[in-house]
Amino acid sequence: MAITIEAPRLVKAAPLLKAQNVSKTYGHVQAVKNVSSEVFPGEVLGIVGESGSGKSTFLRMLNLEETPDSGSYTLDLPEVDGNLFDLDRFARRMLCAKRIGIVYQNPHLGLLMKHSSSGNVAERLLVAGERRFSVLREKAQEALEASEFPVDRLDAPPIELSGGMQQRVQLAKAIALEPALLLLDEPTTGLDVSVQALVLDTLKRLQQERKITMVIVSHDLGVIRTLADRVMVMRRGEVVEAGLADQIFQDPQHAYTQQLVHAKL
Amino acid sequence: MSLSTLTKDWEPMSYGFLDPSAKREIRRKMLKAVAVPGCQMPYASREVPMARGWGTGGLQVSLTLINPETTVKVIDQGADDSVNAASIRRFLARVSGAPTTLDTLDADLIQSRHRIPEEKLREDQVLVLQVPNPEPLRPVQPNMSIARQMHADADYGRMWLQLYEQIVRSGRVMQGASYPSMVNGRHVMTPSPIPRWDVPKLHMAKHLTILSAGREKRIHAVPPFTRVEPLVFDDVPYKVEEHGDLTCVRSGAKGFFMNEIPQGDGSSTYEISDSEFGVKSIKQTEGTDTIFGETWYKNGEMS
Repeated sequence: MAITIEAPRLVKAAPLLKAQNVSKTYGHVQAVKNVSSEVFPGEVLGIVGESGSGKSTFLRMLNLEETPDSGSYTLDLPEVDGNLFDLDRFARRMLCAKRIGIVYQNPHLGLLMKHSSSGNVAERLLVAGERRFSVLREKAQEALEASEFPVDRLDAPPIELSGGMQQRVQLAKAIALEPALLLLDEPTTGLDVSVQALVLDTLKRLQQERKITMVIVSHDLGVIRTLADRVMVMRRGEVVEAGLADQIFQDPQHAYTQQLVHAKL
Repeated sequence: MSLSTLTKDWEPMSYGFLDPSAKREIRRKMLKAVAVPGCQMPYASREVPMARGWGTGGLQVSLTLINPETTVKVIDQGADDSVNAASIRRFLARVSGAPTTLDTLDADLIQSRHRIPEEKLREDQVLVLQVPNPEPLRPVQPNMSIARQMHADADYGRMWLQLYEQIVRSGRVMQGASYPSMVNGRHVMTPSPIPRWDVPKLHMAKHLTILSAGREKRIHAVPPFTRVEPLVFDDVPYKVEEHGDLTCVRSGAKGFFMNEIPQGDGSSTYEISDSEFGVKSIKQTEGTDTIFGETWYKNGEMS
């Protein structure tokens, strides 16, 4: 009996995200130095590193919020091609609204705190051009349910919600339009351990159900270990080591990575 | 040759109160505003003998447009006889020698706060609206630099978020005045705090509307025959105030925008908000000959 072995999903596909030689300085500080990375469809890339290692800056550039000094960034999507850093303001915003979702560490950055939670999710759809109230309402509810947000608090403003709930609203907003790429910037930092576990559960489930491509930034190795397929370790703006998650955690090569792994264990 | 032969004689005041350079600037800004309907044009709002926020923007536009043959009407919240309207009207007449009127049909220039007359305006009439806050994006984007970018990009999604919030909280759109409206399919403007009832009157109107905010130093305009569409969801239609079946206690007229007059027993009676139109209606019931213009609303429905 012939056994056919499917090649892993990652091997077959072309990378969805390709960033090459991205550099950014703030005054004298080199925040990101020649970082290159590829993310394949359905894959989760984890970026770890200490505070100030440039991981969040890199993520913000992937979200087109900041322009690097040099480097290129492409997404394998039908509607865009070429270096995304060269897009104008309007094209950037439309692309971000329709194809890239982001969850920030600080919910104040991603949410309108005094508007209703469902309104926050609906905003995403409005920017993308949806103008039917019933559809907005329905889709907002769907997205909030998918991120395990309690339905009876649908219209409560995020300012009245707990930290974990606020992150769920951000997540719902990010996935409302089924983005091609989901960026997570320390999504669980600042939450207590049990809530952290619940939010991670949700993320894990969403990832498995929807095969969303994710880039997750965290200083917490536990979070990365739970979610990421592949890991990139950053220090002082540079990538010191990259590889499969198990490989990095079981057999760290670089001295800094070794330190990091041992500090955790 | 001496300096005095080259210069004009000293006068205590220039015609129409504002000096010629100020008028020229406002004229230019009005032309720009007409050229780009609904787009806010900044201008150097001058001092006029009135406090900012009392209609200085409208007053400067009126002073610029006025000449001795312009018949002026001034409305404040529908009424010609409120203190603010009366004093602006008197001031305009005093500095320009222009005749004044209360009748919408006789007026060439109508300066108004918060209402558009019930009788249709004609091609030869100009409506000047006083605007307290010209920026429709302010409630959703407090940063004015970003708001300007949003106008430039026609990025108005968040305006609908405001409506969404109102429907979610209250079951209907609560925006009572300053209803944000799309002008000429491009710029969202605030039509000054006129009630929802009056917004459809601007759509494809024959007259020129100039909206001016003195404190905020912005002019925008709705040229004749320009589309003015209130922002709505595709499945939640625009609704004007339910005044269509209210009856005016003083004239018995029905189907116009009303002022509510609370009574001692907790009930309310109503009178027509457009005071001169109300006077005409009373005259008619008393049997005096009165000439009515065509009204925008007929039997409480926009025609």
